[in-house]
Amino acid sequence: MTKVTMTINGKSVAGDVGGNTLLSSFLRDDLRLTGTHIGCDTSQCGACVVHVNGRPVKSCTMFAAEAEGAEVSTIEGQANADGSLNVIQQAFQDHHGLQCGFCTPGMVMTAAALLKENPKPTVTEVREHLEGNICRCTGYHNIVKAIMAASGQDVSAIAAE
Amino acid sequence: MPKDDGIGAATVRREDVRFLTGVGQYTDDIKAYGETVAVFARSTVANGVIKSIDTTTAAGMPGVLAIFTGEDFAEVGGNPAGWLINSRDGTPMHEPKRPVLAHGKVRHVGDAYAAVIAETLEQAKNAVEAIEADIEELDAIVNMKDALAGSNYVHDEIGTNQCFDWGWIEDNRDATDAAIKGAHHVTTLELVNNRLVPNAMEPRSSRAEYKAAGDEYVLHTTSQNPHLTRLLISAFVLGIPENKLTVIAPDVGGGFGSKIYHYGEEALVLAAAKKLGRPVTWTADRTEAFLTDAHGRDHVTKIELAMDAEGNFLAFRTETLANVGAYLSNFSTATPTFLHGTLMAGNYTVPNVYVNVKAVFTNTAPVDAYRGAGRPEATYSLERVIDKAAREIGRDPIELRRQNFIKPDQYPFASAAGLEYDSGNYDALMDKMEEVADMAGFAARRKASEAKGLLRGFGVNAYIEACGIAPSNLVGVLGSRVGLYDAATVRVNATGNLSVMVGAHSHGQGHETAFPQVVAEMLGIDASTIDIVHGDTSKIPFGMGTYGSRSLAVCGSAVVRATEKVINKAKKIAAHMLEVSDGDIELKDGQFSVAGTDKSVSFGEVALKAYIPHEFPLEDIEPGLEETAFYDPANFTYPSGAYCCEVELDPETGKVSVERMTAVDDFGNVINPMIVTGQVHGGLGQGIGQALLENTTYDENGQLLSASYMDYTMPRADDLPFYTVDHSQGNPCTHNPLGVKGCGEAGAIGSPPTVVNAVIDAMQSGGKNVTHIDMPVTPHRVWSAMQNA
Repeated sequence: MTKVTMTINGKSVAGDVGGNTLLSSFLRDDLRLTGTHIGCDTSQCGACVVHVNGRPVKSCTMFAAEAEGAEVSTIEGQANADGSLNVIQQAFQDHHGLQCGFCTPGMVMTAAALLKENPKPTVTEVREHLEGNICRCTGYHNIVKAIMAASGQDVSAIAAE
Repeated sequence: MPKDDGIGAATVRREDVRFLTGVGQYTDDIKAYGETVAVFARSTVANGVIKSIDTTTAAGMPGVLAIFTGEDFAEVGGNPAGWLINSRDGTPMHEPKRPVLAHGKVRHVGDAYAAVIAETLEQAKNAVEAIEADIEELDAIVNMKDALAGSNYVHDEIGTNQCFDWGWIEDNRDATDAAIKGAHHVTTLELVNNRLVPNAMEPRSSRAEYKAAGDEYVLHTTSQNPHLTRLLISAFVLGIPENKLTVIAPDVGGGFGSKIYHYGEEALVLAAAKKLGRPVTWTADRTEAFLTDAHGRDHVTKIELAMDAEGNFLAFRTETLANVGAYLSNFSTATPTFLHGTLMAGNYTVPNVYVNVKAVFTNTAPVDAYRGAGRPEATYSLERVIDKAAREIGRDPIELRRQNFIKPDQYPFASAAGLEYDSGNYDALMDKMEEVADMAGFAARRKASEAKGLLRGFGVNAYIEACGIAPSNLVGVLGSRVGLYDAATVRVNATGNLSVMVGAHSHGQGHETAFPQVVAEMLGIDASTIDIVHGDTSKIPFGMGTYGSRSLAVCGSAVVRATEKVINKAKKIAAHMLEVSDGDIELKDGQFSVAGTDKSVSFGEVALKAYIPHEFPLEDIEPGLEETAFYDPANFTYPSGAYCCEVELDPETGKVSVERMTAVDDFGNVINPMIVTGQVHGGLGQGIGQALLENTTYDENGQLLSASYMDYTMPRADDLPFYTVDHSQGNPCTHNPLGVKGCGEAGAIGSPPTVVNAVIDAMQSGGKNVTHIDMPVTPHRVWSAMQNA
């Protein structure tokens, strides 16, 4: 077992992990941060995306020990300080960008990373950026629309409701 | 205009907040002291005899708490089929036992023959590797035609791979044959409806606890219908009395049909939890999901359409081989029969329909209902053969459909396939589709595509489906072993807020938002004071769950009935409080008032009086304000639609992309248009996935070649377009109180033939006389078809 310490959603945490403990397992099983989801076993679905030192990472592709000293943020740390939904979360609700909710944490974290790098993406850029996140419920229409809206762009031309 | 949160309002979903902040509670998120983990040993061969299983080494490994094999469940019941189908000769279908764990033989890759319970996942996985199973591999039965011809059987004891040979309607067979024989023109099409893996993003998971104090079990499981799961476990498999077994489906990450059914893993964790006295959780990894979730579709069909000289449809005749896989999943026998054959008259006045379906056992995963369930297969066959026929006789595909549509003044309409359609207007749907899809602009868009060296095709489709499943009396006659009503309890609490317990389960459909809109509208109160309780058998009277686009049409109707009862009783209480007779009381905007006076009491005051019944007329009214209703529908509901799409096809590579997709649906009345639109979007995404991308491939040895997201092509954001969705042309259902028809499956039913028809049109526009191509329409298939044309 290895002792690891890292900052998660602004709080310092420590734990003992095996050499093969994935970051996703450390978050879910040890810290009980179960908002990070596991939807596949080939690093394809993106339900486990978190930010490590500001960059989006599929937490099932990284060992917990590799995050030693890192700043990690997860879906549980995304809301505003007063507990209200942040701009991206609110856009997902306003534009019905989620149904069953299982892929949603990864979608929100991936969208946040996109908008940080590219604050006014085109629709094509949004769709390409979501290549690593699978949703089975929405047909992506409202996810793309929500991200465009979260970027402050006019989405009225994208079909209503 | 609708109220902000009443019927017809696009209210944003309240459930979103927990999902967006990471505090949803899915089965695998639930943990308590003493957790243990189950991992299954699964067959790596498709067909084999289990000679021996030696667990000695595994049992001694670190952390191992228990090991189960098929032997341990040899005496308990099998997981049954929910629908009895009789063959044309009157003999009942073959129903081989589906055990908790394979015993004697393994019958598909992934078939579980043992399970290890250990302290940790890693320990359980290591112990599974150490189980020494001597399994003698036999030739696999994979192809359906070979299965019917050969003498190698999936289930030796039944001596055939044919589960049943079903005819619908058998009395129509001769007339249909005669109509085809004497027709002016007959169009014939052979097609494959490709096997799909549902792929809910949350893999299946089951967690059991046993409470010795009361001899009680609690099962958390990824289910679309926890009561049905409880019923199957109690009545057929383990025999745990229903009053000792609570089944809870908490947040569930999508289902699409695959989580309707009871699976052996649920029984295993229950048995293990009792043996160990500790919680036991099994969660599938994605590979297990591919190997063991019930798959969908997998039909091989020949369809013929007979027409007279004017293009009037005279008959549809269909022969289908339907793969049921290695075991009968719970609805697997209903899906290719009564959810498919009864829809084979489509939207048309055709007088003769005959359908023959042979269901075939193979050494593959069980096949059952997947979004649409039988109705996509029916629509695909019909709408592809109609399109082919239009080309053969030189008719416009829209005009040929319109000519044969049932007209609005013909309802109720008795279809030639045995259903009575209650309402619809297919021409109005087609009109709307032509408008919102800007069909007039197609020629210019085709020109623009051609200027880029691409072909552009237009495809159209009309569909009808039978939803709101289903009238119990009718399905009972047809072989169903369950009733298909639903139930709701409306509990008005003393302080005036409401808990509404519903039998439908929400796993993405937004019930927690939409159902309160209905109750709020009826009571004239704020929807935020109403909460839905679902998914817990200990809290809800009963329920048959969510599938077949039934939640609102059936369970929503139960909610309406229970709310009506609440209003009736509340009026009596109000009348007492206001010292008038209850016939004088009116309910409006949450106030009970005496007609023609300014005397009134609020809904909240009535609720409080019901629970603090001072000066209460106990001889007339019981205290409390809570009512339950069971609702059994009088008929199916019949949503319908007109869809079209435009594809671009690159003749150099064969790659097809959907550029425009339009869905115009008649869902009857709509409670929350935002949610309804979202349901259509999702169906379209899955339908386009079926048409262009998704294929489940077994090799000749029964190995699943497409068992991961590296191999099975899930639609991604950059594979799909924005959709144009319209549901303004609603004709209310005539027989349920809300006038609703159901919207969950439409997109997946209407879109595959639309896309394939457009691909054919694109190839034809490039001078290639390709008349059919099978799904998924991959670049390789398109390119090959064009080279050979």
